[in-house]
Amino acid sequence: MFAEFLQYLLSGITVGAIYALAGLGFAIIYNSSHVINFAQGEFIMIGGMATSSLVAAGLPLWAAVLLAVVITMLVGVAVEFFAVRPARNADVVAVIIITIGASIFLRGLAQLIWDKESHALPSFSGDAPIHLLGATIVPQSLWVIGVSFLSILVLGWFFNRTLFGKAMLATAYNRLAAQLMGIRVKRVLTASFGMSAILGAIGGIVITPITYTNYEAGVMLGLKGFSAAVLGGLGNGLGAVVGGLIVGIAESLGAGYISSSYKDAIAFVIILFVLFFMPNGLFGKRGTERV
Amino acid sequence: MLEISGLTSHYGRIQALKGIDVTVNEGELVALVGANGAGKTTLLRCLSGVQPVSGGTIRFEGRDITRVAGEDRVRLGIAQVPEGRQVFGALSVEDNLRLGAYCRHGPDVEADIKRMYAQFPILKTKRNQAAGTLSGGQQQMLALARALMSHPRLLLLDEPSMGLAPRLVAEIFRIIETLKSEGTTIFLVEQNAYAALAIADRGYVLETGQVVLVDSGTQLLANDKVKEAYLGQ
Repeated sequence: MFAEFLQYLLSGITVGAIYALAGLGFAIIYNSSHVINFAQGEFIMIGGMATSSLVAAGLPLWAAVLLAVVITMLVGVAVEFFAVRPARNADVVAVIIITIGASIFLRGLAQLIWDKESHALPSFSGDAPIHLLGATIVPQSLWVIGVSFLSILVLGWFFNRTLFGKAMLATAYNRLAAQLMGIRVKRVLTASFGMSAILGAIGGIVITPITYTNYEAGVMLGLKGFSAAVLGGLGNGLGAVVGGLIVGIAESLGAGYISSSYKDAIAFVIILFVLFFMPNGLFGKRGTERV
Repeated sequence: MLEISGLTSHYGRIQALKGIDVTVNEGELVALVGANGAGKTTLLRCLSGVQPVSGGTIRFEGRDITRVAGEDRVRLGIAQVPEGRQVFGALSVEDNLRLGAYCRHGPDVEADIKRMYAQFPILKTKRNQAAGTLSGGQQQMLALARALMSHPRLLLLDEPSMGLAPRLVAEIFRIIETLKSEGTTIFLVEQNAYAALAIADRGYVLETGQVVLVDSGTQLLANDKVKEAYLGQ
């Protein structure tokens, strides 16, 4: 009974960590531009696909991972430069639709470069399951949880301790004032796409040995990351992480105790619930600011 | 130091500035007064590069900066304290100051922060608090200190007295006078015409996008038209 619950919980945390990274990606771009970037899922897919094919081409794992992260970051920067920047005077909604277009384009491109098949990646440190209070966990799950946790810590350090991180936050709070400080807000926007792409790629790479990946694997992961970001309160980093874990765990428990056919529906039920009853999310601000 | 000539600007099809000529000499405190909607804020937005200019030129230290991007003007030595303060509410007081020096990397930033704390002691006691929790007057001091962190040669002040209690207004204007006596060139835009003209070397009166009067601060204070329209006498 408890072992079963623990099993679901562990797999929920594993997948939730990926949603958390995707949710953070949504939050970073939302903060710098109020745009919801629906190409976030494609960053996850490209990270996994690129690593898989680079390993297949004979590169050692660490080199493949590094290169895949860089490639994905460049894709993120390119999305900002070629799709978002030309529309900088357009409505936010128009830009959001442009990101949907970019995501479809990236999926098509992935299909051309790779194929429609599933791609695998060997586990980073073997497949021997670890037993824990009657439940089992594969070593790769620990990689997923550990790497996600580390990424979140680095991100927190970046925003709280570095001047450029603070400049990004300042731009999110008050773009006009940021500009008056001499912060180049265009550069902040580009950086936010690059960083979100890196987070997506990291998530995609560590999860691929468990779930495999294919050219459209990013769709669901992206939408669930979006659910995580909305649940936590759009633009709130801590919220995105908590939201990601809640969505992941709820999905895993739902699949285990109700039916695995409802697995994907659970995230969207959560989104509807949030939008109806608490549109600011768990940690969203309620607009109380002194004028 | 600053020469604005024939400056025009539009919001859509509405012309907000109809050919403004303003000069600010080095070391001067120049005040621009006028009623709400006269175009004061629009002019300052043009100066800091966030409002498109449709005609005329802005020269700073002899260089034409009309087309220089807003974020590069602070690098040239122009800092602005925007209307409504616009501090970064969720960031700490100290981070706000540090971002004020964003363009000036280097070890002397910490020394400058200490200097600001000496000048504005209240900011030191609140250094780790979120700027949004400060009172209006404290936020105004923070906005001033933040602008000074960039070591500006020209300081633009947009309505520094807005929304403040009279005692705080007096304090803010005392600080502005101190800054002037330390040699900072200041262009002060104010609705509070009396307080602004009282400390200004020269003043401009703006009405519906045009400069209608130019004179020394004391002369403008004594001017019958100004008295009637802006000083309520």
